[in-house]
Amino acid sequence: MSDQNRNQGIRLSRRRFLQVLAGSAGALVIGIRMADAADTDAPLPPSLLGDTFYGIGAYVRIDTDGNVLIGVRDPDTGTGVATALPRIIADELDADWNRVSVLSLGLGVSNNNGQPSWIYGRQVGGTGGSISAAWADLRQAGAVARWLLLQAAARRLGVPADRLRCESGTVIALDGRRFTYGSLVEDASKIDMPNSVPALKTAERYQLIGNPAGDVDAREIVTGQTRFAIDQQYGDTLTAVVVHCPWPDGSLDGIDFTETLAVKGVVKVLQLNPEAGQQTGATLSTIAVAVVAEDTWSALKGRQKLKLKWKPGASNSESSDTLEQQASALLAGKTDPTTRVRNDGDIDAAGKKAARRLEATYFQPWLAHATAEPMNCLVRVEKDKATLVVPTQAPQKAWAVVHRLTGLSPDQIQISVPRVGGGYGRRLDHDYVAEAVMLATNKDINKSVRLIWTSDQDLTHDYYRSGSVHQLSVIIDHKRQITGWNQRMASASTLVNRGVPDSRLWTSEVDVDQLPAALVPNYRSDWYAQTSTMPRGPARSMPHLSNAFAVESFIDEIAHSMKEDPLDTHLRLLGDAREVPLSGGGTFDTGRLINVLKLVADRIEWKNWLHSVNGLGIACWHFNGAYVAHAVEIATKDQKLIVQRVVCAVDVGRIINPMGLEGQVAGATLDALSTALNLSITFKDGQIQQHSGKDYALATMAQLPDAVEVITVPGDRDPAGASFLAMPTAAPALANAVFRATAVRIRRLPLTRELSRLS
Amino acid sequence: MALAQAHALPATTDTIVPDKIRDGIDLQINGEHYRHTGDPQMPLLWYLRDVLRLTGTKYGGDHGENGADLVLLNGKASSAISAPVAKLANVQITTVEGLAANDGTLHPVQQAFIDEDAIGCGYCTPGWIIASVDLLKRKKQPSDDDIDTLPNVCRCGCQTRVRRAIKRVAAGKAGLP
Repeated sequence: MSDQNRNQGIRLSRRRFLQVLAGSAGALVIGIRMADAADTDAPLPPSLLGDTFYGIGAYVRIDTDGNVLIGVRDPDTGTGVATALPRIIADELDADWNRVSVLSLGLGVSNNNGQPSWIYGRQVGGTGGSISAAWADLRQAGAVARWLLLQAAARRLGVPADRLRCESGTVIALDGRRFTYGSLVEDASKIDMPNSVPALKTAERYQLIGNPAGDVDAREIVTGQTRFAIDQQYGDTLTAVVVHCPWPDGSLDGIDFTETLAVKGVVKVLQLNPEAGQQTGATLSTIAVAVVAEDTWSALKGRQKLKLKWKPGASNSESSDTLEQQASALLAGKTDPTTRVRNDGDIDAAGKKAARRLEATYFQPWLAHATAEPMNCLVRVEKDKATLVVPTQAPQKAWAVVHRLTGLSPDQIQISVPRVGGGYGRRLDHDYVAEAVMLATNKDINKSVRLIWTSDQDLTHDYYRSGSVHQLSVIIDHKRQITGWNQRMASASTLVNRGVPDSRLWTSEVDVDQLPAALVPNYRSDWYAQTSTMPRGPARSMPHLSNAFAVESFIDEIAHSMKEDPLDTHLRLLGDAREVPLSGGGTFDTGRLINVLKLVADRIEWKNWLHSVNGLGIACWHFNGAYVAHAVEIATKDQKLIVQRVVCAVDVGRIINPMGLEGQVAGATLDALSTALNLSITFKDGQIQQHSGKDYALATMAQLPDAVEVITVPGDRDPAGASFLAMPTAAPALANAVFRATAVRIRRLPLTRELSRLS
Repeated sequence: MALAQAHALPATTDTIVPDKIRDGIDLQINGEHYRHTGDPQMPLLWYLRDVLRLTGTKYGGDHGENGADLVLLNGKASSAISAPVAKLANVQITTVEGLAANDGTLHPVQQAFIDEDAIGCGYCTPGWIIASVDLLKRKKQPSDDDIDTLPNVCRCGCQTRVRRAIKRVAAGKAGLP
């Protein structure tokens, strides 16, 4: 690698470069090199470039037989990134999709003087950022590979490269001569990198982007071949199950495990303690006892025989009811908010000119994540190596936990991330990884360990979405214009003890730019902090899920009080199509929001809203540069609620995979309906009261609509993430429809229970 | 010269005792025969996953709440975590791994799940497929109300696509455009 260009590669970020790597058997490998001198000369591990597909440390590998292997850096938790990200690269490469296989890269980490260097940059799944990030840099990997293949063909033919074109894995000359990529890779791998990234394709030349594709793992999934983390073990693996203290801050007061050890197959009983001084999610949140056995059944039988005496901590006086009462008291009082999130205009002055005022308070329950695949982790720790299989959304955060507990150097820790059975934010925290590593490093174990949480542990030891109370008031002037908006919210922040300064704790609870901010001249939003010992963590579509319910229900209430069509109220509020600057950066395109709102209204025949036998409801929202609206039609039959029709329109800019997008939008809609209809976590005397899927029951098929009619708006702006875009508006559209059908206004979730209480 | 006796009888004449008949439970899983000699109370789920390493059937809650642990017992969708191996002698057990033909041809339900992309994270998909196979065996043309009886739940929200997949099979269109 004497060539200057090759050594430098193409800069992806300050420290990461795209580079041609010498693949074995003549393969062309476009990979990543770190900027550090120490890394540049480091020999590449054989697995990186070998024929084996496992562990290939690059984005694109083209073999002499024409097969293309594309690596995916972000975990796929059901968001479709394992399909969408490779298609972004493959399109730029003009690859034949039928020849492409996809591989989860696992964590990319190298050792930079004891500090980790992240080879692939950001590696996070299920937070809505994978597509946008990939759009910014992954296309370049495809473009460079394509450029090299073109150069190789040009040299072979003795014609300029711009006389050649690429199509579906083939370079084609003007005279019709064709070279498959496989026949060119050996030459291409010897050509120096271009000095800069070759021009990316323009939209009219996309072959894959914008066209539907099914999940790349579909065949393996439907035949039961996909290996999730929970399905994997090494030869000598022991299985561990745990039971945590029922109180988050409780302690172990007594234990008798004689009978447990008498169970055939049980190897060891160990106590696991949270480490002092660690941030939430980086260590155990609660003390636990683990039973380690030769197989799961023995471990479970052993756990059943444990005699444990737990001692409550200070949390034993906490209850979700009390916290809600405290929140209401905070909002009713005169104390200053913890944070004045936004304060446009002068709401007090506007109030003096009010012709009409309206106020309403909305209540949101605590929520759990309820992932399908429980928390689990497979780990083997040797003297100079730790090997893990982790179902995680953030492998770099998992790495930090392993690094701290083992003291191994950065590149001695290997984390593979197979397909993940749901994340929703739960797997951004790694208490379960800490537990597994503590077990595997115990001197009496000396074997690899797989830890499996049973569903009761998942549900009672989650990082919950805090309940919240939202008090909204509006000022309407004598011209029926909304001139003032005041939102006051109380909740327990997710970000406490997560390294976030106190002044920013509100950011997990309320969005500074959420509707109708920037649309109402006098707008104020205040947040009141509550304290709770119940662990909290990121949740799907936070903070929009709770806020959109309050705001979009309230707009419906405003419309009702003014005897106005709620669609008109929305449209008057949104005003002309224009771009409004956001204080969080970027702009809010009111035209795009108006568009999705009108699309769902048309589809559900909104013009009948007042006279329909069934109830119709609408809601819209915008966040992360994307726009969403829902329209819901409900019927009531024998006192039962039937969700008759659901329409959802989204505008995410450029659509990478329409089939994937439809699935994400329909899926998030159903999840949001299930959550709004049924779900709440409650605690009393400091203990979670829901222990199984029977107490925290996701909606059944019968409760959910037969179809979700998804409308996707084509666009050419850079793509925004869609995995939870459709979450926030489903519940308010549903509650607004319920009001129209029953005249019962739902201000508290879950809806089913509240509706029967009020009816 | 006498031939060397390649198969000389043993010099001693001890009585040959046949092996003791092994304990165990005979199981038929995906057309193969197995004998389980461990704890008869072991739920089928852990036998499949830990002993046979057939991991397509998933842990779906201690009571099988989300349906990811469904298998076919004599053709009927049943919770594998709720079925002790002791009760399964002479029961035809089919897991998701046993649905496709030996030549790899998918069961129409599997094919329809691919056609409709009826997959979220994919963890609970095998359970949905087992439940759908059972339903379609009982009702060749299931109504929406019939489909509503599926016991599975899914946080990724695959339900509407599962419904389409079932209807696709009923219409004989699995694998067709």
